[in-house]
Amino acid sequence: MENQVHIQAHDHYDHEGSKLGMWLFIFTEFLLFGGLFITYAVYKYMNPVAFHMAAEELSVTVGAINTVILLVSSATIAMSISAMQYNDVKLTKRLLLATILLAIVFLVNKYFEWGAKISHGIYPGSEQLMEVSRGELLFYGLYFFMTGLHALHIIIGVVFIAVVYFKVANGTVHAERYVLLENSGLYWHLVDAIWIFLFPLFYLIT
Amino acid sequence: MAEPTINLEQSFYEVKNYKSPILNWILSTDHKRIGLLYLYSIMTFFVVGALLGLAMKLELIAPGKTIMEAQTYNAAFTFHGIIMIFLIIIPGLPAVFGNFLLPIMIGAKDVAFPKLNLLSWWIYVLGAIVALLSQVMGDGPPDTGWTFYAPYSFKTTSTVLPALIGAFILGFSSILTGLNFIVTIHRMRAPGMTWLKMPLFPWTLYATAWIQLLATPVVGITLLMVIAEKMFQIGFFDPALGGDPILFQHLFWIYSHPAVYIMILPAMGVISEVIPTFCQKTIFGYKAIIASTLLIAFVGYFVWGHHMYTAGMSDTALWLFSLLTFLVAIPSAIKIFNWIATLYKGSINLEIPLYWALGFLFLFMIGGLTGLVLGSVATDVYVHDTSFVVAHFHFVMFGGTGTGFFAALHYWFPKMYGKSYDNTWAKVGFWGFIIGFMMLYMPMFTLGMQGMPRRYFDYLEQFHGGNILSSFGAIILIASLAIVIINLVTSAKRGKKAPKNPWDGITLEWQVDSPPTLENFETIPVVEKGPYDYKK
Repeated sequence: MENQVHIQAHDHYDHEGSKLGMWLFIFTEFLLFGGLFITYAVYKYMNPVAFHMAAEELSVTVGAINTVILLVSSATIAMSISAMQYNDVKLTKRLLLATILLAIVFLVNKYFEWGAKISHGIYPGSEQLMEVSRGELLFYGLYFFMTGLHALHIIIGVVFIAVVYFKVANGTVHAERYVLLENSGLYWHLVDAIWIFLFPLFYLIT
Repeated sequence: MAEPTINLEQSFYEVKNYKSPILNWILSTDHKRIGLLYLYSIMTFFVVGALLGLAMKLELIAPGKTIMEAQTYNAAFTFHGIIMIFLIIIPGLPAVFGNFLLPIMIGAKDVAFPKLNLLSWWIYVLGAIVALLSQVMGDGPPDTGWTFYAPYSFKTTSTVLPALIGAFILGFSSILTGLNFIVTIHRMRAPGMTWLKMPLFPWTLYATAWIQLLATPVVGITLLMVIAEKMFQIGFFDPALGGDPILFQHLFWIYSHPAVYIMILPAMGVISEVIPTFCQKTIFGYKAIIASTLLIAFVGYFVWGHHMYTAGMSDTALWLFSLLTFLVAIPSAIKIFNWIATLYKGSINLEIPLYWALGFLFLFMIGGLTGLVLGSVATDVYVHDTSFVVAHFHFVMFGGTGTGFFAALHYWFPKMYGKSYDNTWAKVGFWGFIIGFMMLYMPMFTLGMQGMPRRYFDYLEQFHGGNILSSFGAIILIASLAIVIINLVTSAKRGKKAPKNPWDGITLEWQVDSPPTLENFETIPVVEKGPYDYKK
């Protein structure tokens, strides 16, 4: 019987290793957006006036509100990790729910912002965009693509945090084994950090 | 107990978690099974890719239309490129031998994230299927070449979209494998195995993993931008929408040049394992090889512009990229000298894996030296887009990585299958490979110098002689590859039982059973010696 082990013995837990893996994944995400930031920089350099004009169409207020929402949500998820370290499951769950809620508010804002643009005939491939200068076309292309890809990351983040919420609720993630929670926090900070760059590049360059 | 139990003395082939033999493979999180899954998928695609290459060479055996139309030829070189680059040579050595051997060589039971590892294979299969769909969907297979250059990829009516999406998906597989290996190497080395006691194959996998991680996202986003541009008319690279096609080339090569090092570094790692074993001598300049590996990975990021000398860049950019390209040749040369110095006064045991390793040195050196012709701006302008370029990168990629792959296959075959292969057929295959290879690609250097363009299905009568030679070389090469593969397949089934350590190797993989048990080691070993501390 000594040579018989359960297959479960295969399942090892390495807090540091998992966190390292998450950090590596975050590098790749930054590089993914890095390609877009390079593209932005090149086209901004080639079309400074058009980028300036196009950016004036975006609402700084909506952008600023969304920035505040994301910053607060980063704080709530960071606090949920601290709460878990103090073994306060109830508070952890509340803070995770708050994060999800804030993320959804962000998406609703984004929906109305995009909706307003689209109702004004500004969307990729629209007749109106085909008539404006090529620089403005590029600006709006980048705007929709980069904020769209960012919104996709928000949605993935919401799903990720929701999964963590249920794992906290059923006890799979607990004070001795909470690397998944910490990784969801890392991911959420990434999403936040990317927005911190998107906000000035699209809303504040006027 | 209702839970399944396993016997630690059985080989991993005997471990069965499911009744169905197929499920036992495709749902297994065992790094060895995943490595073999990759091997079988890659070899299947390799047969397709190689036959496409043969078809193109047969078309070129005479001027004018021989066996296919121009458009079919365009589709053939595109498909050949997509298969060979994205499905074979990029995952290649890390996915097959990295998966199978990395944990064993560093004294671990598995990789850090076994489930993620299986997911990588599934993503690979998904990406492959999507990419293959481009061949059957829409208005004919893509004809852009594997590089998808803008603006042609927007103008062509062929089905480019699935190929782009497939390549994008395959990128994830590559990233996840890289991520897994980095964490594995950082966290799971056996006690006593310090960084400078780690064998060189894991070292090259480590450098490769960083490139996979840091370069792949850039091509991922670039492909995604092309996809978005094709689907939603978002202006990125199409001049009609204000975009800059040169920017596409920059972004594409920012990944695709480092990707060349994803392909070659693990092959260099294999050679660094094979040579000391068959010389029974410690490797010359262990630290220099590590340093040059990391240097290649690092400098390799800054040379992408040498693919674009004729595309339109400032003169400053041209000479800077040229200078950096020459710099990256130095660490490669350091390795070559180290390997040769290792052979010097070694107890050379001329077995099949060493044949392939020496074949690597020979072919890779020709590829490397002709690379200098292309790295220098003046000469590159002359031979740009000629068959000289095609010959150069086939020498490096096929002669280098391909030969390294076969060296690895012959070196670790007894470990993977517990069987020996037939030496005579292996030798026939090897010599046929070298002869066919030289006949196929050497004439292409001269043809390129004389001005024969690449990617043309037709040519002037003056290029006829060289092309005949080249096409016959292709036939010999394909026949020899068939011999090599059939020999290994039949030996895996019916070969003689191989001893645990047929080559007297001293790295950790030779101390475990052939084939290894599920958890590789009964007890995790404690490492005290360096990886190549032979008596000599």
